[in-house]
Amino acid sequence: MATPQKTGTEVPGGGNAGPGFPPFKTETFASQLLWLAIFFGLLYWLVSKVFAPRLTEVIEGRASRIARDLEEAAAAKVKAEEAGAAYEKSLAEAKAKAQAIAQARRDEVNKASEARRKSLESDLATRLAAAEAQIADTKTKAMANVEGIAADAASAIVQRLGGTAPSRGDLDAALKAALKA
Amino acid sequence: MASPLDQFVIKPIIPLGKIGASEIAFTNASLFMMLVVGAIGLFFMAATSQRALVPGRMQAFAEMLYEFVANTLKSAAGKEGMQFFPLVFSLFLFVLTANFMGMIPGAFTVTSHIIVTFALAMLVFLTVIGVGFAKHGTHFLGLFVPGGAPGWLVPFLVVIEVISFLSRPISLSMRLFANMLAGHIALKVFAGFVVSLGALGVGGILGATLPLGMIVALTALEFLVAFLQAYVFTILTCVYLNDALHPGH
Repeated sequence: MATPQKTGTEVPGGGNAGPGFPPFKTETFASQLLWLAIFFGLLYWLVSKVFAPRLTEVIEGRASRIARDLEEAAAAKVKAEEAGAAYEKSLAEAKAKAQAIAQARRDEVNKASEARRKSLESDLATRLAAAEAQIADTKTKAMANVEGIAADAASAIVQRLGGTAPSRGDLDAALKAALKA
Repeated sequence: MASPLDQFVIKPIIPLGKIGASEIAFTNASLFMMLVVGAIGLFFMAATSQRALVPGRMQAFAEMLYEFVANTLKSAAGKEGMQFFPLVFSLFLFVLTANFMGMIPGAFTVTSHIIVTFALAMLVFLTVIGVGFAKHGTHFLGLFVPGGAPGWLVPFLVVIEVISFLSRPISLSMRLFANMLAGHIALKVFAGFVVSLGALGVGGILGATLPLGMIVALTALEFLVAFLQAYVFTILTCVYLNDALHPGH
């Protein structure tokens, strides 16, 4: 294939390439290899020195940034949970304290009202006793008056009927017997 | 009419001289190698210039390519494989961009030339041998002795392993070269049918819709092949590099 000859059986290629299957034309190999070495070498240099380091930097930087952010978020979550627990605890404490205060206050009020009720009751009892005593007194007085009135009335009746007033002693005895009955 | 092979012909643009029978020149192939590397270079220069924490579109795409290749390399050759990342990434970008650039109508497909794919495959092959011996010395030869085989079988297995190892650069380069070559030839052949049928009049034009439909389907397939072959080349490179790092079976 190194010597291009027109055999007539093959369709001629374009330009000065001559006939034959182009990829198998060995006289083009040296030139192809040279330019491939130059351009692929350039590409390799660009990739290894510029593109790959840049992409590695970006991707790893992002990964570490995400890892750091996740760590920070986890720490913040722990902190928030701690704060929540502390809040719950202080809330429970405050509730207990409030209940204790309310209980103490309730007891105090109960005691005070109990004492007042007791003093009021005793006051009322003494007043009741006094009133009862007065009633009894008034009653005896009234009874005495009733005896007097009855004696007067009986004496007057006897005088009207009998013409003579009974003696004081008889009258009293009769009255006593009548009142007793 | 133009032959389907015309697209692969190498035409000198700037002749530079001769070494023996070989002509050294800046050719259309060289031009497209330059365009491939230039496109990759410009894209990555722009994409990585910001180095933003929250990437823009270009940077996101560059990072996607980076992570795609990095994950392929890590899963095939482990974490130590990352020392070869620049090589693997360069190979992937070069083959992928060359394949896709070849899909532009009228463009030259750099990877449709066996010498180019073979040179890239040999680069991988020699890297594997060089790194293998540098890292493990003669232990690297343990690669050819499968463990757990009965003693009398070992010589045969070693011969088979050596042959399969030596055929790696050939299979690696032939796969890429043949896929790109065949795809582009098929496209041009069907395109030729469209033109020759179209010249036959109304019936011919109606008949030409059939190969035209084939071209559309084949073009879609070729885009898939362009990516797939770049990926296959990359993943096999990773697998071979794994042998250099961990030669024990």
